[in-house]
Amino acid sequence: MLDKKVSGKHLEGFFAKLDKSEHYQKFKAYAKKVLALGNDSLEKTIAIAVSLCLVCAVLVSFAAVALKPLQVNNKEEDMKKNILDVAGLLEEGADINAAFAEKIEPKIVDLATGDYVENIDVNEYDQRKAAKDPAQSVAIPKEKDIAHIRVKAKYAKVFLVKEGGAIKSIILPMHGYGLWSTLYGFLSLDPDGQTVQSINFYDQAETPGLGGEVVNPNWRALWKGKKVYAETDQPSAEKGLITEADIGEPALSLIKGAVDNTKPGSQYQVDGLAGATLTSTGVSNLVRYWMSNEGFAPYLKKVRTVKGVKS
Amino acid sequence: MSAVLNDETKKVLTTPLVNDNPITLQVLGICSALAVTSQMSTSLIMALALTLVTAFSSAAISAIRNHIPSSIRIIVQMTIIASLVIVVDQLLKAFAYDVSKQLSVFVGLIITNCIVMGRAEGYAMKNPPLESFMDGIGNGLGYSLILIIVAFFRETLGAGKLLGFEVVKLAKDGGWYDPNGLMLLPPSAFFIIGLIIWGVRQWKPNQVEKVEFKIMPIAHGEGGHH
Repeated sequence: MLDKKVSGKHLEGFFAKLDKSEHYQKFKAYAKKVLALGNDSLEKTIAIAVSLCLVCAVLVSFAAVALKPLQVNNKEEDMKKNILDVAGLLEEGADINAAFAEKIEPKIVDLATGDYVENIDVNEYDQRKAAKDPAQSVAIPKEKDIAHIRVKAKYAKVFLVKEGGAIKSIILPMHGYGLWSTLYGFLSLDPDGQTVQSINFYDQAETPGLGGEVVNPNWRALWKGKKVYAETDQPSAEKGLITEADIGEPALSLIKGAVDNTKPGSQYQVDGLAGATLTSTGVSNLVRYWMSNEGFAPYLKKVRTVKGVKS
Repeated sequence: MSAVLNDETKKVLTTPLVNDNPITLQVLGICSALAVTSQMSTSLIMALALTLVTAFSSAAISAIRNHIPSSIRIIVQMTIIASLVIVVDQLLKAFAYDVSKQLSVFVGLIITNCIVMGRAEGYAMKNPPLESFMDGIGNGLGYSLILIIVAFFRETLGAGKLLGFEVVKLAKDGGWYDPNGLMLLPPSAFFIIGLIIWGVRQWKPNQVEKVEFKIMPIAHGEGGHH
């Protein structure tokens, strides 16, 4: 019975060959003997357990190995889709891989200095894997670890959208702890490194309908135009232009309830998620962490090409 | 096996829908019914996954039922069920990536779903493979039916949507309906399932369980520990 089950699946040709081998004949005779034994004999119990484990192991490994390429592909495509989405370049029905290759330029950034790292293959580098490798990551001191992630990769993978050689969007990866899960996402900024274009989360397991609303397009739309860093009231340069000296600490955060856009300071505020205080706090913290000197502040200082105009 | 739907297969296929529903009568599989029913799409995939696992595990267990040593009976069943669940999980990750992301751990938790074990132990161990397969399908459908009803109420009342499409316009988007946040939390499934059980037993009074014991007044001491 067991022989038949295995051969029926994937090993038909294999067994036809084996049929002539002496070992196989011995095995068959043994199998016959075991099956004839009483169900509760020790020998049969062990034989059944071992053969069942073998059959199940083959089945599970076959599924895992055979489907692996598809799964890896799905994951990669999903990531690319999210990057295109946060850049506002996602078109329904378009080929994601082609669009990504054409429009998005991945870069590796040394978080400590804010410089680009050129000696690593950017297509091979996986920031999430690097964060788990002690050689490629650093522990975060407890008092600075507001995003509750404990370690971070030394190098981050950022994505640039360019138009005519000039940067159009800076897409930064972020992650941090919410209520149940670590939220992984991207924040897309204007070339001033200050104004938010969009945000999205591609991996999270918050309560569906409450914290899980971080993926809701209506809520994500609220982020557009918000400012990341506190600006001084009086721009030091003339004509209301913001210079480096006017950009302070990360100020962007989620508040309870809806933001009153007429109030001063509303440019640093986004509506909190209803019924999800802890997820909202988590999102605030992870944005602030990744925009601070621990995260991308040194990089943004170097990459800012245009100074934002004070509104 | 000439007539595929003989009386026995018909019976095992249809009775679990209402008369012997795994959720409302046997009160099994409640945990996942609470966890995945906040959205219709996740409920449908979960229902499909559980139906397939129950059917194939029952068929496989039934096929080797005469050779399963009774001392390791439960472990043998679990091994078969767990393997099938892993295969289903892998398939979802390969072919329905978005839904598998939403279902996350709950697909893996089919292993611990009492319906699958219950059918293996209660039916497949005593009946031939084809009937066991149909019994698995039937019970999976009974589970699916309840999941779909619960998800219908939870998604429409909790999010104003159904399968992601807007059903009623929410107050925050300029409509009139203020969604009930409780509906998105697992306890609401308890209330809905409770109401369904009440409704079914009202309709079919023979499903009401007989009182197994009388609760003694506390003064008598004995029945105190429960």
